[in-house]
Amino acid sequence: METLFEQVRSNKLRSYLMFLFFIILLGILGAVLGLVWGDVNIGLFVAVFISILYSFFAYYSGDQLILKMTGAREATKKEFPFLINTVEGLAIAAGLPAPKAYVIDDSAMNAFATGRDPQHASITVTTGLLKVMKREELEGVIAHEMSHVQNYDIRFMMLTAIMVGLTTLISDFILRSIWYGGKRGSSRRGVHPAIILIGVFFAILTPLIGQLIQFAISRQREYLADANAAVLTRYPPGLASALEKIKKDPDPLVDNANKATAHLFISTPFRDRTDFVTNLFSTHPPIDERIKRLKAM
Amino acid sequence: MFEWLILGVIAIAVLFVIVVYNGLIRIRNEVDNSFAQIDVQLKRRNDLIPNLVETVRGYAKHEREVFDSVTRARSALLSAKTVGEKARASNMLTETLKSLFAVSENYPQLKANENFMQLQEELSGTENKIAYSRQHYNDVVMEFNIRIQTFPNNLFAGTFGFTKRELFAAPEEERKVPQVKF
Repeated sequence: METLFEQVRSNKLRSYLMFLFFIILLGILGAVLGLVWGDVNIGLFVAVFISILYSFFAYYSGDQLILKMTGAREATKKEFPFLINTVEGLAIAAGLPAPKAYVIDDSAMNAFATGRDPQHASITVTTGLLKVMKREELEGVIAHEMSHVQNYDIRFMMLTAIMVGLTTLISDFILRSIWYGGKRGSSRRGVHPAIILIGVFFAILTPLIGQLIQFAISRQREYLADANAAVLTRYPPGLASALEKIKKDPDPLVDNANKATAHLFISTPFRDRTDFVTNLFSTHPPIDERIKRLKAM
Repeated sequence: MFEWLILGVIAIAVLFVIVVYNGLIRIRNEVDNSFAQIDVQLKRRNDLIPNLVETVRGYAKHEREVFDSVTRARSALLSAKTVGEKARASNMLTETLKSLFAVSENYPQLKANENFMQLQEELSGTENKIAYSRQHYNDVVMEFNIRIQTFPNNLFAGTFGFTKRELFAAPEEERKVPQVKF
């Protein structure tokens, strides 16, 4: 297993690569768009400018956006003393400043962590999870999230969520603009079909790449966070039993979760978690396998 | 030529000592800091206790023995100085608090008291934080102790005044072998 230091370093590196990848991808898209509309350079320039601006936004405010998107609200000590105490306790165990705690009013059992570094991090759980979990189970879940905070998974996962979300939007927009722009253009000067082809290719490719990144990063990451959680609580059965309960959750659908934020959660926030195809393309490792590994510790 | 070689070796040796020294300073500060974290939680628990005892007393007047042992353990912790003393006093207090909560099980009205429930959550939260801060402290201390006892750091750790630190002992029952189910 990688040491914590190596995990942090690789997550920071991956985050930089993510920026680079995102800026290059948008730059190419901008250039293609520029070709369609007449000027490659302007398209390229505008796209790179916007993507750099957006990268800053994603880095500094991505977590706030994610919290808004999922409908999370800040948990007060008065209303949720159990949650706050647990988060503070595990922050002590990890030797980190205590992350802010948030709740989502949703009966599904789930949780996620986000933020750019341990100093600017937050942990969110659903009220459904709080209602059902016993102390050692909640500790397991929070420890899992604390591990994501500690090894900078949160930074990379947050950037992925924000950037994949935008690339999906943009490729939608391009497909449309080529469709309508092409129609208009054909009556006047005629757009080169090759350009349309490239445009369509990118528009389809971009979200696909984004999805692939999400799949690739999440599965291994969840196993690792489970293992690190066991190190923090010194009690793997706690998380194992929490996962058992999550597995039996009759309504796992978190209403405000979407494709861009799904990989943040401790367990997939959608329905149909058992069939084979879903597993193959799922952002999360099969929960049974996770429980099995925890029990083997 | 030869003089330069010697100078080079000395320079490297000095640089090496500086790096090691700074590393030791960093981790010693970490040890101090993580012990301060335990202290914060111990103090927090001590502050909660008078309120708790008063609340329980309101419903269970004649459980005098338990109240006394809690109060005694609390003041023992207040006067503890070294890590070992604090650990012992803290573990004793944990035990007496357990018996206090065990006693309160017999008083349904007390258990339904809102104030009591809040205090109970606060105390078990704080107990957990004590356990976690102890765990973190012991991890850091172990790293520190290994660092100053291994070669070549042990050659000059003593000269610079780095001495072995004491672990914060866990309560007796936690040292028992944990139950493992297959």
